[in-house]
Amino acid sequence: MSLGAAEAAITVAEDHGGGVWREAFKRLSRNPAAIIGAVLIALFLFVAIFADWLAPYTALAPDLKQIKGPGHIPGPTAEHWLGLDDQGRDLLSRIILGARQSLLVGVVSLLFGMIGGIILGLLAGGLGGWFDTGVMRLVDMMLAVPGLLFAIGIAAMLGEGLLAVMIAIGVVNVPVFARLLRGQMLAQREADYAMAAKSLGVKRRRVILGHVFPNSLTPVIVQGTLTLATAIIEAAGLAFLGLSGADPSIPEWGRMLAESQRHLAIAPQLVIAPGLAIVLAALGFTLLGESLREALDPKYRR
Amino acid sequence: MLRFIVRRLLVLVPVLLGLSIALFAWVRALPGSPAQALLGERATQAQIEMINRQMGLDQPLYEQYLRFLGKVVRLDFGTSVQTSQPVIDEMIRRFPATFELGVTALLIAVVVGVPLGYFAARRNGTWLDSATITGSLIGITIPVFFLAYMLKYVFAVKLGWFPNTGRQEARMLDVEHPTGFYVLDGLVTGNMAAFWDAILHLVLPAIALATIPLAIIARITRAAVLDVLNEDYVRTAESKGLTSGVVTRRHVLRNALLPVTTVIGLQFGLLMSGAILTETVFAFPGVGKFVADAIPTRDYPSLQGFILVIATLFVLINLVVDVAYGLIDPRVRVR
Repeated sequence: MSLGAAEAAITVAEDHGGGVWREAFKRLSRNPAAIIGAVLIALFLFVAIFADWLAPYTALAPDLKQIKGPGHIPGPTAEHWLGLDDQGRDLLSRIILGARQSLLVGVVSLLFGMIGGIILGLLAGGLGGWFDTGVMRLVDMMLAVPGLLFAIGIAAMLGEGLLAVMIAIGVVNVPVFARLLRGQMLAQREADYAMAAKSLGVKRRRVILGHVFPNSLTPVIVQGTLTLATAIIEAAGLAFLGLSGADPSIPEWGRMLAESQRHLAIAPQLVIAPGLAIVLAALGFTLLGESLREALDPKYRR
Repeated sequence: MLRFIVRRLLVLVPVLLGLSIALFAWVRALPGSPAQALLGERATQAQIEMINRQMGLDQPLYEQYLRFLGKVVRLDFGTSVQTSQPVIDEMIRRFPATFELGVTALLIAVVVGVPLGYFAARRNGTWLDSATITGSLIGITIPVFFLAYMLKYVFAVKLGWFPNTGRQEARMLDVEHPTGFYVLDGLVTGNMAAFWDAILHLVLPAIALATIPLAIIARITRAAVLDVLNEDYVRTAESKGLTSGVVTRRHVLRNALLPVTTVIGLQFGLLMSGAILTETVFAFPGVGKFVADAIPTRDYPSLQGFILVIATLFVLINLVVDVAYGLIDPRVRVR
């Protein structure tokens, strides 16, 4: 058997990749938490994608005839299901349009964090030696700064703008992915299939890139699902502190919450609606991510 | 053991040095130059050069860094833009508030979270178990500031059970504060009204701040207890005829709570992030509120000082936890 054919045999043998996911999917479809999570995510995606079409009013134009004087904030009516905000704008429409903003910030910052973390983790786990030590010290350093504070610092450095916020949240998540991938690669390097490939004379780089790396990605994907939830929460937290970066004309849940807090006593719905929107979006990804982790973890298999 | 501690300490040095370099570079990467910030838009070139010379910004970078490091070691973080006072004085003045809040929150998280996780594991698969898992998942997805507003709305605005904002009622402005820790001050001066008032002011922000650590601690405890319950030595202890109380105390808890202590140490960063948001919602005059106010005022010296102090504390707390863990569990030392 040639080296190529032997290696292909190993790849076939280690192809629990597809099997593991198929198994996991079967377990997920029986788990109520996973189903609720998936439904919440589907709803969130649907609202975010078709926001323009779903929103009954525009986000900016106030419905001035509803306002009966200064300081009056109309509550829910048949025309405005959630009522109006302090500037006479339809709250439901702003929540719907805010979904797109949340999804955008969540996904882009997740991608920044995940790609950065995968590159660092792959280099650390693949090269080893002093490079590995250096990367791990860098990871320690980054993890020593509380996430929100870290994001504030980076956003301040990059200046105003949506991209600054997305990069800030992404960078905060880089060490999480880097450490996870590196640890997984170190464990996978000792696996039988990696040993088999190595003993066949497959080059080290090829063993790592072609066999160890793809087999180490599962926990990274699970973490990605969970990180999407924290990214949405972190973006809302930054917006709450005044670092939203987005164009003020675009509704953003965290900023909506921050701006309406002074009306908490008379119009709590202005705080509750964006708050619940954040919770439901984040909960969807958390439920699915946790269920996915359980489904893929051999410890939970019975 | 000593070698273990020394090794852990040596790892700290590059981390802290790296952090100081990163924060030194951070200030230089901020938009706008320090001279510009001091002099405003209409500064002349000569004025800018003079300020740069005075601040040592015309020196080579490594000399600037060494001077920065020298100051940082002496806890000199510069002057706060918000108050024109030294950053370290501002932090020391506000530290007791945040400390009281953080400790109360951590206490709530541990006192509620550990038993909750324990009983969930003991009654694995029952409604209590499912409720704990679901509750903890919801707990980690509620943004701290949203929860803080909801608590404030229901228990302060609507029910009026707790005060809305601050650390002490305005009518108690003349109360003495020898330590700055208001709860302690009430006890020390024998002023029970002030003591009770300080506690009432802590309740809502502490609950808001405690939620995420509580959820995490409950989950970790549950997982750890489940792991230990499946161990052979627990079965042996039970089959020896030991009472369930003895098995629980000597065998289950002693082994299961070890990983939990590490996780409690890791909550410090979360508590600090949470304090920034919680203190803002409740206008609680602590370090977190000061940092939140530093953002719109571009008070970068305060942010820089705060990040340095918090990161150092975080690293030190985890060192203490690691060493304590090593003392209790000899297996850790070998790693």
